[in-house]
Amino acid sequence: MSTPILEMRNITKEFPGVKALNNVSFRVAAGEIHCLVGENGAGKSTLMKVLSGVYPHGSYSGEILFGGQVQTFRSIRDSERVGIAIIYQELALIPEMTVYENIFLGNEIKRGLTIDWNETIKRATQALQKVRLDVNPATKVKDLGVGKQQLIEIAKALSRDVKLLILDEPTSALNEDDSENLLRLLRELREHGVTCIMISHKLKEVLAVADTITVLRDGQTICTLDARAGQVTEGMLIKHMVGREIDNIYPRRERRRSEEVVLEVDHWSAYDPSLGRTILKDISFHVKKGEIVGLAGLMGSGRTELALSIFGNPDGYRVNGRLTLKGRPCHFRHPQSAIAAGVAYVTEDRKGDGLILIQDVKQNITLANLREIARRGVINGNAEVKVAEDYRSSLNIKTPSVEQRVGNLSGGNQQKVSLGKWLFVKPDLLILDEPTRGIDVGAKYEIYTLMTRLVEQGMSIIMISSELPEILGMSDRVYIVSSGRITGELPIEEATQERIMQLATN
Amino acid sequence: MSSVADLPKAGASSFVANVQKVLQQNIREYGMFVALFVIMAIFTITTNGIFISSRNISNLINQTGYIAVLAVGMTLVIVIRHIDLSVGFLSGFLGALAAIAMADPKVIEGGLHLPAFAVIPAILVLGVLAGLLTAFLVANLGIPAFVATLAGWLGYRGALQLVTAKTGTIIITDEAFNALSNGFIPDIFPPDTAVLPGVHKLTLILGALAIILIVVGQINDRRKKQAYGFEVLSTDIFVLKVIFISALTAGITWIMAGYNGLSWTVVIVLTVVIVYDFVTSQTVLGRHIYAVGGNPEAAQLSGVNIKTITYVVFCSMGMLSALSGILYASRFKSATTTAGNLFELEAIAAAFIGGVSPAGGIGKVIGSIVGALVMGSLSSGMNLMGIDISLQYIVKAAVLAAAVIFDVATRRAAK
Repeated sequence: MSTPILEMRNITKEFPGVKALNNVSFRVAAGEIHCLVGENGAGKSTLMKVLSGVYPHGSYSGEILFGGQVQTFRSIRDSERVGIAIIYQELALIPEMTVYENIFLGNEIKRGLTIDWNETIKRATQALQKVRLDVNPATKVKDLGVGKQQLIEIAKALSRDVKLLILDEPTSALNEDDSENLLRLLRELREHGVTCIMISHKLKEVLAVADTITVLRDGQTICTLDARAGQVTEGMLIKHMVGREIDNIYPRRERRRSEEVVLEVDHWSAYDPSLGRTILKDISFHVKKGEIVGLAGLMGSGRTELALSIFGNPDGYRVNGRLTLKGRPCHFRHPQSAIAAGVAYVTEDRKGDGLILIQDVKQNITLANLREIARRGVINGNAEVKVAEDYRSSLNIKTPSVEQRVGNLSGGNQQKVSLGKWLFVKPDLLILDEPTRGIDVGAKYEIYTLMTRLVEQGMSIIMISSELPEILGMSDRVYIVSSGRITGELPIEEATQERIMQLATN
Repeated sequence: MSSVADLPKAGASSFVANVQKVLQQNIREYGMFVALFVIMAIFTITTNGIFISSRNISNLINQTGYIAVLAVGMTLVIVIRHIDLSVGFLSGFLGALAAIAMADPKVIEGGLHLPAFAVIPAILVLGVLAGLLTAFLVANLGIPAFVATLAGWLGYRGALQLVTAKTGTIIITDEAFNALSNGFIPDIFPPDTAVLPGVHKLTLILGALAIILIVVGQINDRRKKQAYGFEVLSTDIFVLKVIFISALTAGITWIMAGYNGLSWTVVIVLTVVIVYDFVTSQTVLGRHIYAVGGNPEAAQLSGVNIKTITYVVFCSMGMLSALSGILYASRFKSATTTAGNLFELEAIAAAFIGGVSPAGGIGKVIGSIVGALVMGSLSSGMNLMGIDISLQYIVKAAVLAAAVIFDVATRRAAK
């Protein structure tokens, strides 16, 4: 191995009651792409927070060497000063500001007391060229897609003369094209001598781009693998990550054929007044009892909007068309009525609009169905704890107690809380929007198993997913959505990744 | 009770450790009470005990009442991520309307000479209507609450000046109305009995009843928890807790009984607090309010109607503003052109001192009441000490800042 640019030695970081990192050692060679993989809660993000100074020196034990020198970062500013930049899953750009303002935010180019805007724009243009992004630097960030925003974050880091770039789940919100683009950029940066650490759950990408892979599990370094030789496989990584081998992550089930139609949507269109355009055009589809229907398509194709327009239309679209639930024509004006009729919707963005992070596990689980544990509007607190404990054990939610704040749980466990909440409304139709985004293999498997159990009990599921293997592994039938229309329906036997992609880009 | 007996007998040292643990876990909850206690203790020492005298405490509570009820309503408004700046002058305006409604037409033009029992409900209804108007602006038209209620602040200020322009101060002569902030509940025994002369017996009896209710309630609660098989406080700590709460209640009752007994203000504020605490902590409505504050999008997708919640919270605020106006007018037996000035900011300060989070979703009604009492105690204590009013403001500023620093620090530690 060539000279390490970064060495973290025997890092131990404890939180009250949890050892998040236990004697972790981590070496990154100069000029390589080093991927950090592991299940949620394995300690990847904690390790990067220790490195970047979010957890200041002294709050952990162990040693950090960067560029051959011992570092004692007390804040992110300290780590930025030596050339470490970290880009989080949730982008830290300010939507209302322009691209160039964002790139130099906190690092303004000054002349005297004022900002030199001409120089700023010039240097921003250069930074954008480095990431091969062809946008006007005066564009407001809110007018750009997530993929481009991601590149702007990188341009921002590059403008600060970064030596070590850390990316936390950079592709989790990107479609395939943008992901490809980003990975290509990382390789280019490597040519220019930028070292890169990437945290990712997408093992294919990891294998495609990594020089070295370090696996963490339960706060410990499991192994560091040289990926250049091409001998590392996905199966191997999964085995290291979970400590067991998962042959087939999609559980097998009897595909029972019921002809009973639970949901029928007919000539369904929606107009979004805030965007001023039609977002759903003449959509017709149906879901049968005990069936998993996959909704495939690219990001932004209108799948989430379709789900929301069915689920009580909280965003106030103007909706046209017929909706029949269990044989009864329905018209939901509010999620409340959709829930009462037996529909549940697990959102794509669990932190943004799925969970109340400052409330505890039990409050989140019971929120959508408080009636069940209340009499004349008064909540039975003991019954509430009982309900929460039931879901905690049946869904295997890892939390010290049901009184724990949901914001303190890992992504996979948050998703389980979200599922528990919607299972508690005891729906006939469960809409899952990207149910396994950003969660680890072990939790994924648990969620797939749960979905299988639910359909076997007679529930119907609509699963929106951008991951084609998931669509193919779990669905009974697949609808493909593209630009607000359904462009195809495939029984699972006829569905292949190629056919779906073809219809999705139609 | 067998499960209690099965618990291992705890040694003395583990008892202390347990107490420490329970206190540490709940420091945020008890912090405000501790602060109030410390402030009261300091003033008791610096005023040679005058501060804690029955008479002073009784006065203190009667003076704090009209801010305390506003702080309760403001808690909910801030919890759902809004603010209401209009409550001060709304309360002043409604107080003036009450005074006019009760006034003799021969003395005050437009006076209706209505009795208090008719005026009070009518004013409360007007308060709810004012809340409806604010809620309409905020929930239906999407105007930020800060702006909508700033308009209300201006509007009600103008309205107050308009109705008091000709007469200036309107004197209230209705005895029943004035008793609300100056009177006390009657006693069932004459004051000069052989046992406990000069002590208000009905207050003592009510205090004893309250203690019995608390003890029975706590024991029932614990039994129910055990029936569900949940972990409960160990027996010794539970007993300690119940004794502590009972002793505190007994102490407060004793102080109250020493000077005319319970005032009507105490009765009103206590009722408001008990009702609001129950609604916020035990009911579906309360849970929905906190859900909207914690994450409006998630609440909406969980079937909570945000509009309805906004209406409920602003209407409650309007009603409590009316109540505050009534208490204030009653306290001074008159309505003035400046009544209600800055009440909104005092209520907001009380809520923040009481641990309400400016970001929404967090904050308890009880906390805000304690916050109001902290502010009231500071005024009362410093007045007794003869401290200059300008210094009083500076001390209050420091306390407000310290309370929020404490809040932020404990919240960070909890993460």
